[in-house]
Amino acid sequence: MIKQAVATTMAAVTLGLAGASALAQGSAAEGIARYREMLQDGNPAELTVARGEELWKTKRGPKNVSLEQCDLGLGAGVIKGAYAQLPRYFPDADQVMDFESRIVWCMVNLQGMDRAAVTKSPYSGAGQRQTDIEALAAFGAEMSRGMPVNISQSHPKERAAFDRGRQAFYMRGGPYDFSCATCHGVTGQRIRLQDLPNISSNKPDADRAFTTWPAYRVSQGALRSMQWRLYDCFRQQRWPELVFLSPTSIDLITFLGVNANGAKMDAPAIKR
Amino acid sequence: MKKQAIFAISGLAVLAGCATYVAPTKEESIQTVKSSFKERGPAKLDRLNQTEIQAVCSDAQMMGKEVPKAQREALEKKTLATIKYPADGKFLGDYKQGERIAQSGVGLQWSDNEKTVNGGNCYACHQLTEAEVSFGNIGPSLKGYGKLRGYNEATLKYTWGKIWNTHAYNLCSQMPRYGDAGILSEAQIKDVMALLLDPNSPVNK
Repeated sequence: MIKQAVATTMAAVTLGLAGASALAQGSAAEGIARYREMLQDGNPAELTVARGEELWKTKRGPKNVSLEQCDLGLGAGVIKGAYAQLPRYFPDADQVMDFESRIVWCMVNLQGMDRAAVTKSPYSGAGQRQTDIEALAAFGAEMSRGMPVNISQSHPKERAAFDRGRQAFYMRGGPYDFSCATCHGVTGQRIRLQDLPNISSNKPDADRAFTTWPAYRVSQGALRSMQWRLYDCFRQQRWPELVFLSPTSIDLITFLGVNANGAKMDAPAIKR
Repeated sequence: MKKQAIFAISGLAVLAGCATYVAPTKEESIQTVKSSFKERGPAKLDRLNQTEIQAVCSDAQMMGKEVPKAQREALEKKTLATIKYPADGKFLGDYKQGERIAQSGVGLQWSDNEKTVNGGNCYACHQLTEAEVSFGNIGPSLKGYGKLRGYNEATLKYTWGKIWNTHAYNLCSQMPRYGDAGILSEAQIKDVMALLLDPNSPVNK
């Protein structure tokens, strides 16, 4: 099905090239829109969601317990709706945590796993199977599908995370002088033919940016998490490597999440 | 008097039932960012030390304000004085090479290595030739650049400066400093210049 969609799009793009430039670009954009639409028919993320559910329920680690007693903010073992209200402040850890941070926290504190080992390779490589964290993030997001984003700003540390996230979003740096806002601060911008969401001041764009991750990336043949999304943005921004679960990663996810409050979760999504 | 005022305010905060919230300072936020990255490949941590212009322009965009005119003009003037023009006085290289540089988006990412030849990635943001329909719109269209602006000395010099360090002309421009930041070599900039300003370049056809 996906292969068919790609072939159709390629045809559409090729047809587009034959015309005049403006017309061609229009056709190419239409072709891409059609391609995206067709992708919605089937999402390979379903397989990863199923594996995530199994990981959630399986007794693992030195303590040989499942994650079913993991408190994701709505009480021990409640995963339904949990993704849509993260990041949030957790008194037991005395810090704000996003979904991926909290899953790791439970793997370490509940199952007794080694934090360094768990966080060493959080993202799957080309052709590898999805990592446990990716699978659990996919399952977590699926269990919040259709539920409104509700990121709390009631605790001072939650507000501080948002404020630092906002500062990080606008911070220009590196040899290209890029910040997040360089590409995501204006409505209607594109890199090549790729539309860029305006995350800072366009509500529908900000909503989609938060509610559609994790996502299955067709071009990579893999499911990618929100932590990965930021990590790969900074790579293209020509910055050093964003550390997995680092304070800035959580600050930025808080900033994105609060800006998307009220929108309905729609992940795992499927993207180009 | 001041102390009284502070007591009165904290009293109000307690009455209103809110915990006192002190927003992180800009310095604290930037320190947090610096602690959240690690070196990888060619991307070292010193990339997070902001230049004066990076800092000024970050603040302005975050606050949704323009940089004050006097400050902007002073920084632009200072930047203009740092532009290095070609040593041999020749501004134009090979437009065919220039097209390759404009198409290439690699270089300086941690996924690149020291041997990667940096591209200019011009098409990411600009329209250039008629043939390339996959172009971005963050920058203005440069189609017909030389034909429209004229193949004269002033245009050559301005365009070189704009590519070398765009902040000399537009302080908070989003365009990278291709010469100043060492993204492209002098020879590569000549090739990109030819793409824009050689009458035979497809940009001017």
